[in-house]
Amino acid sequence: MKTTPLHDTHRTAGAKLVDFAGWDMPLHYGSQLEEHHAVRRDAGMFDTSHMLAIDVEGTGARAFLRRALSNNVDRLTATGKAQYSCLLAEDGGVLDDLIVYFFTEDFFRVIVNAGTADSDLAWLGHLRSRIAPALNLKARRDLAMIAVQGPNARDRTFAALPELRPAGELLGVFFGARVATGAGERFIARTGYTGEDGFELLVPNAQAVDTWSRLAAAGVRPCGLGARDTLRLEAGMNLYGHEMDEKVTPLESGLAWTVDLKSPRDFVGKAALLAKPPMRQLLGLVLAPKGGVLRAHQVVHTPHGDGEITSGTFSPTLNQSVALARLPAAVAPGDTVQVAVRDKRLDVRVVKPPFARHGQSMI
Amino acid sequence: MSSIPEKLRYASSHEWMRAESDGTYSVGISDFAQEQLGDLVFLEVPEVGRKLAAGEACAVVESVKAASDVYAPVAGEVVAANEGLSDALEQVNKDPYNAWLFRIKPVNPADVEKLMDAVAYAKSIG
Repeated sequence: MKTTPLHDTHRTAGAKLVDFAGWDMPLHYGSQLEEHHAVRRDAGMFDTSHMLAIDVEGTGARAFLRRALSNNVDRLTATGKAQYSCLLAEDGGVLDDLIVYFFTEDFFRVIVNAGTADSDLAWLGHLRSRIAPALNLKARRDLAMIAVQGPNARDRTFAALPELRPAGELLGVFFGARVATGAGERFIARTGYTGEDGFELLVPNAQAVDTWSRLAAAGVRPCGLGARDTLRLEAGMNLYGHEMDEKVTPLESGLAWTVDLKSPRDFVGKAALLAKPPMRQLLGLVLAPKGGVLRAHQVVHTPHGDGEITSGTFSPTLNQSVALARLPAAVAPGDTVQVAVRDKRLDVRVVKPPFARHGQSMI
Repeated sequence: MSSIPEKLRYASSHEWMRAESDGTYSVGISDFAQEQLGDLVFLEVPEVGRKLAAGEACAVVESVKAASDVYAPVAGEVVAANEGLSDALEQVNKDPYNAWLFRIKPVNPADVEKLMDAVAYAKSIG
């Protein structure tokens, strides 16, 4: 199994490790619920080094991404600006979701999921050979990634890593900055996957343990993939392989906002999306307190046909179960539908995600 | 390393049974089971009076991560259910051998002796 530079650190801390997309990653360090609350109330950190940064370098970088990504990179004009986007197949299926950062016309950085990193590289390489053969796609496996999230994440990051303060303090939401140091490049971005403020950091692999230790000493709690999942689900954020994959379009996955169908720009998958109006939609479900726990793949019965839960969990912030579900297009927020859980059919309320953000309930 | 008290009996599906003074037995889940599940967030206990066959699914524990059935270690009747535990599920994670889910009056008390003792259970979970 693949391991990150922080693997020994996790083991020493007593983490329960699990296979995630071929990587041996921490699920939790004792209590997933406490880790979740730490991020909503204070600050927590995640080893996300299994994800991959891909630098898109060279003349024509923007033109290449304009064609390769569903969202419109022409909206990225300020240095460091980030944008969430999908990577689509020609048939409109979702190959991955990613964040792209703009720095200069000949340097963009894309951060993709762990499980799809290799296939993304192959696909982007294929597109490059068709569109921009001179472009360089550099997989940055030399960088470790740590996400620091929570209402106190910024202050604790600056206390632990004062050298990042000048760049980090000025960052607007969804901006990143590259910080040159004597020991290689660091990267700090005001992005995340929890619905809280915070940073995602990239540091050279050799600095990963020191960075993690300094953050821990500043009171940032190590958190595993378990809390990462409940936090992103509360925040109404998609997980690749659950809310979307190559068999569904972004329009049926709650990602229409990441697909630019209005501009004349052509991009991979556009023609297929225009030819295939969505029949289903992604919405949230809320179960009454103490009703049980909604889970992925449970069938949702509605008057307009059946749907399916894509991710379900217990929401520690709301203290009740919530889920994301792909439902027939005629279902609307406010409706009551039924979910088959074991031998019962439970009433659930349809809502528009997110469920919780910035420590607060949104429903 | 999981805690496995010597005085209890264990089922291969990770329930423990403890003899009470009135001839009934308390049933809960082992330390190993709670550790595998992680933080519990939901519990469904059987109704009092329900007659259970050995190995019958009769309760459900759910963690953030997964749902798991709890099975009757022996045949018998449910004589009590720990309804209040739903409001203090962290007790199952913190002190699994004092967090009983239900009590059972076995059809045949000798069945309990056929369950694993602590040594056998320790061996079974490696």
